[in-house]
Amino acid sequence: MSTHADTHAHEDDHGHHHKETFVTKYIFSQDHKMISKQYLITGTIMGVIGVLMSIMFRMQIAWPEEPNILFEALLGKWAPGGVMDADIYLALVTIHGTIMVFFVLTAGLSGTFSNLLIPLQIGARDMASGFLNMISYWLFFLSSVIMIISLFVEAGPAAAGWTIYPPLSALPMAQGGSGMGMTLWLVSMAIFIASSLLGSLNYIVTVINLRTKGMSMTRLPLTVWAFFVTAIIGVVSFPVLLSAALLLIMDRSFGTSFFLSDIFIQGEVLHYQGGSPVLFEHLFWFLGHPEVYIVILPAMGMVSEIMASNSRKPIFGYRAMIASILAIAFLSTIVWGHHMFISGMNPFLGSVFTFTTLLIAIPSAVKAFNWITTIWKGNLQMNTAMLFSIGFVSTFITGGLTGIILGDSALDINVHDTYFVIAHFHLVMGISALYGMFAGVYHWYPRMFGRMMNKNLGYIHFWVTAICAYGVFFPMHFIGMAGLPRRYYTNSAFPLFDDLANVNVVITVFAIIGGAFQLVFLYNFFVSIFFGKKAPQNPWRSTTLEWTAPVKHIHGNWPGEIPHVYRWAYDYSKPGHDVDFVPQNIPLKEGEEELQH
Amino acid sequence: MDLTQGTLEEKHSRAKKMMLWFGIISLVMSFAGWTSAFVVSSSRPDWLHDFQLPNAFITSTIVIVLSSITFILAKRALKKNQRQQTTVLLFVTLILGIVFIVCQFKGFQQIIDLGYNFTGPTSNVTMSYIYLIAVVHILHVVVGLISLLVVIYNHFKQKYQPTKMLGFELSATFWHFVDLLWLYLFLFLYFV
Repeated sequence: MSTHADTHAHEDDHGHHHKETFVTKYIFSQDHKMISKQYLITGTIMGVIGVLMSIMFRMQIAWPEEPNILFEALLGKWAPGGVMDADIYLALVTIHGTIMVFFVLTAGLSGTFSNLLIPLQIGARDMASGFLNMISYWLFFLSSVIMIISLFVEAGPAAAGWTIYPPLSALPMAQGGSGMGMTLWLVSMAIFIASSLLGSLNYIVTVINLRTKGMSMTRLPLTVWAFFVTAIIGVVSFPVLLSAALLLIMDRSFGTSFFLSDIFIQGEVLHYQGGSPVLFEHLFWFLGHPEVYIVILPAMGMVSEIMASNSRKPIFGYRAMIASILAIAFLSTIVWGHHMFISGMNPFLGSVFTFTTLLIAIPSAVKAFNWITTIWKGNLQMNTAMLFSIGFVSTFITGGLTGIILGDSALDINVHDTYFVIAHFHLVMGISALYGMFAGVYHWYPRMFGRMMNKNLGYIHFWVTAICAYGVFFPMHFIGMAGLPRRYYTNSAFPLFDDLANVNVVITVFAIIGGAFQLVFLYNFFVSIFFGKKAPQNPWRSTTLEWTAPVKHIHGNWPGEIPHVYRWAYDYSKPGHDVDFVPQNIPLKEGEEELQH
Repeated sequence: MDLTQGTLEEKHSRAKKMMLWFGIISLVMSFAGWTSAFVVSSSRPDWLHDFQLPNAFITSTIVIVLSSITFILAKRALKKNQRQQTTVLLFVTLILGIVFIVCQFKGFQQIIDLGYNFTGPTSNVTMSYIYLIAVVHILHVVVGLISLLVVIYNHFKQKYQPTKMLGFELSATFWHFVDLLWLYLFLFLYFV
């Protein structure tokens, strides 16, 4: 009876979709599958810009102050005679960080896969509010456009680092990028936060309320759990950045002294007094640290799903996986001080933050061991998605181990603000999350576009990327321990670092090759949309609900009734079945028991 | 409670209510950001330790609490299908909301009379915080007033039934949140 009412209500709700026009279908779409593609493509474009920037500043580091055709072509007046200007170097570093952290790995990753997978995997027709979902994407688009516009400001884009510490960010006259460039950065990020909040609210309430019958929280795929918790962290931490940004805007534009202390600039005494930039650091890192988990958790969820499916084994420790996601989410909000060990923090407080930080190693290790035990003795299907998932575990462990060093205040002081830190966070959240994203694209591409990506091009993409990623970031540990500071335009002024110059050349060569081979991925991605092999209904023989929906996209996801769920998401190679996977919508056989997971 | 049950309409109305609640959590976090910045800054040498909140803030606190009560009464009246009474109570809420904003601006005037502007050489960071927090709160009250106007319009169009009043409930929840938020801010500024 109630199922009848359900379908009936659905018909009422969506009675209008045959009237879809080009604009409502492809541009102002309220359908979660289309919005996820919009996020993916916008995120990819931003990613190309961010990677290009990193290649440019790596070239400057390797061959300092040498003329370069690329600089002359792309940087214009910022590279007179092809030699990169020091101001634009700082701006490139700043915008690279901002774009990669927020626009690619937050919106591009969460936006794409939360939108695609939450409704399809929980068995919902769409998000709770398709309208807010559409607004969320278009705010993201707007903020991306503003961020790109800021690159063309005459005095240069924001150059205070992606952490925008005052006074560089608070005094418009502090440096070239502190004026209009910084203003546009703040406007863009304020819009970005609004977009991210709207998206997160939608994900949370959709997961809680719109699950199909039988889909209890302990039957959810780990992807959905990860997206759900990520959204909660976003809702709790992003508003604090907004608070900090508002105080910063007051200091910048209205002359208050929240973050600014007594300052002389160009022989002039400013009226500011008594403020503290450390307060900004506290507020910023209260978002900033949870933000790295906003980046990494969705990748963790997708990797769990892909690994179980491609090992043809149930995920090891399903409940431990959920518990560790929750533990990481909770701990992420009480560790922000470890970014500030050299900001004059009381050593006792430093030891408290060291303690909470090192605690995160426990749930992280639980996850790493569970992934390894999941693939242990599995029937491994080495497709591209699986390779990237294994790559994820590898870089996550490598980067995670240095995290233990950096999380300890006594050790951190020695390598703070050196390339050691760069190596750590690029491996543990940058490359890892990127691998998660690639794995997700390769795995769910058939679901998004109804076609398969080319496998051989995928192998080339993975192996070159994997070698280059380690080639870039592994040597950075050593030059960091040798004391090479981050964010310096050139190190040629210090004879101490002359020995490291060759290492920097090696790193840059790896970066150029790795960056160039991403074109293989882009080619594979865009060409396969039109010419890829037609995808079968369930190409990876997975158990989750998204593979029961028709390949052809329809508004509402399933024609007729939504499938009901009778089992958890990881019934792979279950004894007593003819095939090695049992989809969630297959009822239990007579006498069959649900696994006590 | 098994949230996978129920018709699509029930699920969606539950989802919308919950979305407002999570939105409120995010607003709470941003105010937590400002009030904790206030606490941290209170160790500054130029902090005003003996400042007095203006009297108008006390009046405004009473006014906004009253407005919440009238909103609750309006909802009760609507549930009993007493449309006339609902209209009156909604308008009283609207007027009290406007009176609250007027009181806040009176409070700002009293702070200025004490010699503290928001910014510039005559400002003090303690008072800058109070201005900022109060103004951002007023923005939330304005949002609440707009939602109240929508509710009044829909009420005139007879869109709400005793069993079907989702928009009314959402607006009421937000209004009570804005009220409790001010109560918290007032007590915080009074005692910290």
